Amino acid sequence: MADIRLEEVSHSYDGGRTWALKPMTWTWRSARAYALLGPSGCGKSTLLNIVSGLLSPTTGRIWLDDREVTAVPTAGRNIAQVFQFPVLYEEMSVYDNLAFPLRNRRYPRAEVDRRVREVSRMLGLDDHLGRRSRRLDPGRQQIVSLGRGLVRPEVAAVLLDEPLTVIDPAMKWTLRSKLKEIHRDTGHTLIYVTHDQTEALTFADEVVVLKDGEIVQAGEPAELFLAPAHEFVGHFIGSPGMNVLPAEIAGGVVRVGGTAVGRAAGDGGELPPGPVRIGVRPEFVRITAGQDAPDAGDPAGPGLAARITGLDRMGSHHLVHARVDGHALVSKTGPGSRYEPGTAAFLRFDPGRAFLFRDEVRCGSLMPLEGRGGT
Amino acid sequence: MTGRGADGISPADAAVAGGQVTGEVLTGDTLAGAAREAPGEHDASRADTRTKDNRAWFLVLPVVVSVAFTAVIPLMTVVNFSVQDIFSPTDRIFVGLDWFRDVARDPEVRAAFLRTLLFSAQVLLLEIPLGVALAVSMPRRGPWASAALVVVALPLLIPWNVVGTIWQIFARGDIGLGGWAVNTIPGVDFNYTLDSTDAWITVLLMDVWHWTPLVALLAYAGLRSIPDPYFQAAQIDGASGWATFRHIQLPRLRGVLTIAILLRFMDSFMIYTEPFVVTGGGPGNATSFLSILLSKIAVGQFDLGPAGAFSLLYFLIVQIVSYVFFTVLTRTGR
Repeated sequence: MADIRLEEVSHSYDGGRTWALKPMTWTWRSARAYALLGPSGCGKSTLLNIVSGLLSPTTGRIWLDDREVTAVPTAGRNIAQVFQFPVLYEEMSVYDNLAFPLRNRRYPRAEVDRRVREVSRMLGLDDHLGRRSRRLDPGRQQIVSLGRGLVRPEVAAVLLDEPLTVIDPAMKWTLRSKLKEIHRDTGHTLIYVTHDQTEALTFADEVVVLKDGEIVQAGEPAELFLAPAHEFVGHFIGSPGMNVLPAEIAGGVVRVGGTAVGRAAGDGGELPPGPVRIGVRPEFVRITAGQDAPDAGDPAGPGLAARITGLDRMGSHHLVHARVDGHALVSKTGPGSRYEPGTAAFLRFDPGRAFLFRDEVRCGSLMPLEGRGGT
Repeated sequence: MTGRGADGISPADAAVAGGQVTGEVLTGDTLAGAAREAPGEHDASRADTRTKDNRAWFLVLPVVVSVAFTAVIPLMTVVNFSVQDIFSPTDRIFVGLDWFRDVARDPEVRAAFLRTLLFSAQVLLLEIPLGVALAVSMPRRGPWASAALVVVALPLLIPWNVVGTIWQIFARGDIGLGGWAVNTIPGVDFNYTLDSTDAWITVLLMDVWHWTPLVALLAYAGLRSIPDPYFQAAQIDGASGWATFRHIQLPRLRGVLTIAILLRFMDSFMIYTEPFVVTGGGPGNATSFLSILLSKIAVGQFDLGPAGAFSLLYFLIVQIVSYVFFTVLTRTGR
């Protein structure tokens, strides 16, 4: 059990022309469950392989607590890794598979047996110990691969590289809850790489979003959902992703095509005037149909004028597609709502749930207008 | 054999089989299925459609003809020879299985059979481990991978009789580099034209030199197909180099090694050109393998009857041993 600290770690596969991982300083804290989320090719696996020692970083240093392990080979790091597909010693029995890492490290027989039985009990493999590992179904095979990581005492962290890709959906849930259970029981640090947001959000204490070799945001699932720090996080997490609407700041007021939608509140002080992008999740876009517009006495005005272009019935909710000032927008509404494509409507954003982005990075949030904003 | 395609089914039949299915491509299976679901009046039509599609057999005709000309007819000529005693094209006697009995009891043939078997066994024992070792030590990627491949594959590109000629000269004590070196450096008296052991070693080494690359290439291809995570997992599990080989690489070579063993067995059991060029079967009978003996009987003595019987027995042995190898190799470790 140890904190894993990365210090200015970066990696390039082609001698510095492109960077798979840009210099990052980051600490994986002990006993937490992390999800490393990002699109394919964003450097997730590279980061994982650097932690486990399969790759040595081009620059930077890695620490396990106070011990520097940058130059320590994989076998000396006490890190377990589970791969995308089950990696087994196919001609060995399940028992021998589990015992293999211990036997390689010359543990005494009795100790091997004790630990193998302990892990097999934990993973529910007791009935399969004597079977040849390749005859198991893929789900069980993946559990055995995981077990090979857990069997070693003093494992600093278990790294999982998209471990559920080849598992069929029904089995996925079982395995994922098994993983959570193991995390609870053993208290190992887990780093779970995935490109599936549901998997990441349901699994982790903390989600780390990676894009183009950089960590763009890390936080609890709710934080990523409610307060994305980067446009990418908004797009990648949530289904459908965050709406983005070009706007303009002038005199502290944010306008979309001439309509004031709110006050700009900068994260770090006053925002300079100029173009900005509003990001708001479909969940927080409210629609009022054109004919029942709120009365003119409302200080915020009727909202953004929009035209409804389509409606997707998703069962539990509707997705209303609209166009504002030539830009598409989606709103999530209750399953009973009725909006006719082609009609006019007004949109409003829930207070505190719409954010302002510049260069894809969040720079502030959209606050409600006080009093009547300039028409 | 049931027919394929709807053209063998008359519209009336299809109508009987159920209006709904008309227009579908009816295979025998779906028809049978339809009949199973709705027994009774459909049974007659089902039997009817099944007999009508035998024309499809004509589609197999080209294969039958080509196989006949390339395999069956030549083989039958040999069968024809093997059961007759031929004095001249017009003067021949049917002798039944006499030639087979003679050949099987001939001590010279038996000795050659055991010799060939021993040779094949030694070839397999040397070439398979050597080939695998070569493949494992070849670089997996990078510029040296291609260079290693080319160097290893080189002996495979040399024609058999040229290989024979190369070794015939190379192993000579007077002018050959190999033979001369053995004679001078360790001072061992080596002369493959006089000593039967030396001749045997020369032929064996020649085969190992010529064909180990094939095993190496097959094994290399097999090794290359192992995904990286297997090696990474082995690193994480702290496996030694030997353990990685034993538990990851070797199990995954089963398929290619089956092929390698079969190919090397068949080839070495039928080896002819190289020993014929190097030793001509000698000294004495030391390197007179089945194929060399056979050609002596067939071409040298022109005993077509015994040669025919011999050929068929030879063919049968290769078939049986290959079958046994294949069965054993594919069934074990399931």
